[in-house]
Amino acid sequence: MNKIISKEIFSENVVQFEVEAPLIAKAHRAGHFVIVRVGEQGERMPLTIASSDVQKGSINLVVQKVGVSSAKLCALNAGDYITDLVGPLGKATHIENFGTVLCACGGVGTAPMLPIVRALKKAGNRVITVLAARSKTLIILEKQMREHSDEVIIMTDDGSYGTKGLVTNGIESVLQRESVDFCVTVGPAIMMKFVGQLTQKYRIPTVASLNTIMVDGTGMCGACRVTVDKKTKFVCVDGPEFDAHQVDFDEMIMRLNAYKDLERGAMQRFAEQPEQDRPAM
Amino acid sequence: MKEESQIKQEREQDWRVSLRNGMKAKDRIAIPRVQMPERDARIRSTNNEEVNLGLTETQAMTEAQRCLDCAKPTCMDGCPVGVNIPTFIKYIEVGNFPAAARTLKQTSALPAVCGRVCPQEKQCEAHCIHLKMKSTAVSIGNLERFAADYERNSGCISVPEVAASKGIKVAAVGSGPAGLSFAGDMAKLGYDVSVFEALHEIGGVLKYGIPVFRLPNEIVDVEIDNLRSMGVKFVKNCIVGKTITIDDLKADGFKGVFVASGAGLPRFMNIPGENLAGVMSSNEYLTRVNLMNAASATSDTPVYTGKKVAVIGGGNTAMDSVRTARRLGAERAMIVYRRSEEEMPARREEIHHAKAEGIDFLTLRNPIAYQGDEKGRVTHMQLQVMELGEADASGRRAPREIPGKTECIEVDEVIVSVGVSPNPLIPQSVSGLDVSKWGTIVVDESSMQSSIPMIFAGGDIVRGGATVILAMGDGRRAAKSMNEWLSKK
Ligand SMILES: Cc1cc2nc3c(=O)[nH]c(=O)nc-3n(C[C@H](O)[C@H](O)[C@H](O)COP(=O)(O)OP(=O)(O)OC[C@H]3O[C@@H](n4cnc5c(N)ncnc54)[C@H](O)[C@@H]3O)c2cc1C
Ligand SMILES: Cc1cc2nc3c(=O)[nH]c(=O)nc-3n(C[C@H](O)[C@H](O)[C@H](O)COP(=O)(O)OP(=O)(O)OC[C@H]3O[C@@H](n4cnc5c(N)ncnc54)[C@H](O)[C@@H]3O)c2cc1C
Ligand code: SF4
Ligand code: SF4
Ligand code: FES
Repeated sequence: MNKIISKEIFSENVVQFEVEAPLIAKAHRAGHFVIVRVGEQGERMPLTIASSDVQKGSINLVVQKVGVSSAKLCALNAGDYITDLVGPLGKATHIENFGTVLCACGGVGTAPMLPIVRALKKAGNRVITVLAARSKTLIILEKQMREHSDEVIIMTDDGSYGTKGLVTNGIESVLQRESVDFCVTVGPAIMMKFVGQLTQKYRIPTVASLNTIMVDGTGMCGACRVTVDKKTKFVCVDGPEFDAHQVDFDEMIMRLNAYKDLERGAMQRFAEQPEQDRPAM
Repeated sequence: MKEESQIKQEREQDWRVSLRNGMKAKDRIAIPRVQMPERDARIRSTNNEEVNLGLTETQAMTEAQRCLDCAKPTCMDGCPVGVNIPTFIKYIEVGNFPAAARTLKQTSALPAVCGRVCPQEKQCEAHCIHLKMKSTAVSIGNLERFAADYERNSGCISVPEVAASKGIKVAAVGSGPAGLSFAGDMAKLGYDVSVFEALHEIGGVLKYGIPVFRLPNEIVDVEIDNLRSMGVKFVKNCIVGKTITIDDLKADGFKGVFVASGAGLPRFMNIPGENLAGVMSSNEYLTRVNLMNAASATSDTPVYTGKKVAVIGGGNTAMDSVRTARRLGAERAMIVYRRSEEEMPARREEIHHAKAEGIDFLTLRNPIAYQGDEKGRVTHMQLQVMELGEADASGRRAPREIPGKTECIEVDEVIVSVGVSPNPLIPQSVSGLDVSKWGTIVVDESSMQSSIPMIFAGGDIVRGGATVILAMGDGRRAAKSMNEWLSKK
């Protein structure tokens, strides 16, 4: 049981929690994630550690509501307890001063990108962040990204905010105007696939942080496996970051969709019977 | 393990002698082996109730009569922890069930578990004198289960006496059978024991692997509560090597660490189509169902409920997976195994149970590829037909391909159960620790001490995949030698 110290609402669907976790705070490096579980019937859900405070013995998590588990977590408040929280998991991000770094994110990838942007900036990089979404209301964490980036480019599919176009259009506009040394991308698998294809054309080393389905997060089950450079890797222990030019994104997309119908069913149940389904606290 | 002289002495007690002489060996052998009552296969294959119902008192006492109370109880040579088999069985014969349970507890920390899951036909029962006389072995496992269940159901479980506190902290990493038995023995000796567990449940494979229809959770929980009442502390959601390191433990005053982190890494076969949706490891499947309760409507964790499910492998894990799939509604649940049924490493009883539940056994077959639909969901498996050749290093006849003979079978779910590798977390996070080329931790076989004196190890992390009783035995041996080592310091 880990106590929520404070809760900050970034937007309708995005919440930041400060959670008591002294041991994890001490062991945390940028890129690590935790697994949380809300309620005795809760699912194990991976979340990137956004930042940590060793003195206070706390970590921050930025959560975007997409389905049942994230909705259950977002419904908690300061003073509530998270049933289970374990970590830090995964390999730490390799952070160095590359020069100019392009960070391209969208959708579910925006929250986990924030700590990477912050760490890259701190290491002295010139950071250009491309933030993409379908429309204006789905653009999240803009203020926080601006704080830690030299430039933020907003892209929306419908042109309701920023520039009309896809994340790749945003990236290409930068690549055509200046030289970029390194690229990081986090988001839906299909997005990362196209980002990878584009930066490969420009020969820019690119890292993708993969958000596969996970169960234990410790290398025990293989649910998170992906093919990288024709070899099977476990994202929770070998990743979550891999060379975007080597990842078999088509296979990853296929595997991500595997539980889609079942998840939709769970969300429906949650929506229809919110009281009964809500975690006991 | 008990001294031989003590076992002899117990055998010479008056009540044992007169019990022995009260019935002729010939008559004892003539009694047919009592069959374990079990739930109807058609009904049980649709629910999660325990399959074996347990012996009644009369059945247990009858079965106990079959035991000859041998002067040289060869059965004990087959038990990895040396349970005092004739003594506990003779207590059952006279109806003194609590004494039988106490006898078991002297050597086995989890008799209710071992009675259910030990491969008895390869261990204790394989050495029973009855087999030499062309009779069936005494049901040692069923009797062990009976005595342990009797004690638990009587509600007065004897909490072992705990020595005065030594004020010395020791840790176990992992809460499977190895970690639990280590913790129990160290607590008895007066140590301050903490058990660190990576998952949100205590029990290791006993909880997340072996299904409840074979080993109900309550049984494991009673043992865990027992340890709690002896003062053992459990720390869940704590991964040693990630959340804290062994160096942190040392700095925190821990004087000895027993690593019992198990074999948690699933192996795949690296054949085409193995990453299709619907193909998963048995670890993933069983974890979803057993640990995450995914088959229940109230659980947030999803699980596939395939109609045509193939499980690849012939061990206990494969049997557990295929029988689980059956219970989750599979119309055709198949075992695909590359040797013949005789070579299957699973417990005989589980194979019989699986067959009764309508599982299809496709033996002498090995998958070579999987095919999927346009959505990437598995739809077919390609099997290579095999035949048995000469015996290999393991003494089993090696399977070899019959060239050109393949089969294509429709499936909508495949569970790969071809073994696990040792959990690499601890070996990777401790420098200077001797690790074999298979990734197991190297220890001195009698003391279980590793190349780093304060670190001991046992169970699957040392043996690769083994058994509950071997893991437990390792825990007990490590406790004994860690105590000796700490006392000398
Ligand atoms: C290593 C790692 C780090 C992560 N860090 C964060 C983080 O810091 N903050 C955060 O908000 N989320 C993060 N995620 C994603 C988060 O774990 C998922 O959003 C969450 O598990 C969804 O669970 P749910 O039950 O709420 O939604 P579900 O019911 O499981 O999903 C609802 C729908 O959302 C979409 N979806 C869900 N998960 C993913 C995914 N992983 N990739 C693409 N689409 C998905 C799917 O369309 C799905 O049908 C991370 C994931 C991984 C693997
Ligand atoms: C499905 C299945 C069925 C089986 N059936 C039988 C059977 O019928 N009979 C039989 O005798 N044997 C059976 N076995 C084998 C038996 O369960 C194992 O040999 C035994 O459990 C090994 O015990 P252990 O204590 O070494 O490890 P485990 O039981 O594997 O426990 C290890 C524990 O350590 C935890 N852990 C790992 N790393 C860390 C870390 N770094 N920090 C903290 N915790 C950690 C794990 O989460 C786990 O809980 C079966 C196994 C499986 C998977
Ligand atoms: S512990 Fe296992 S091997 Fe030993 S006597 Fe009991 S059932 Fe047999
Ligand atoms: S060998 Fe068989 S008959 Fe003899 S003591 Fe053991 S269980 Fe009894
Ligand atoms: S989540 Fe289970 S192995 Fe990665």
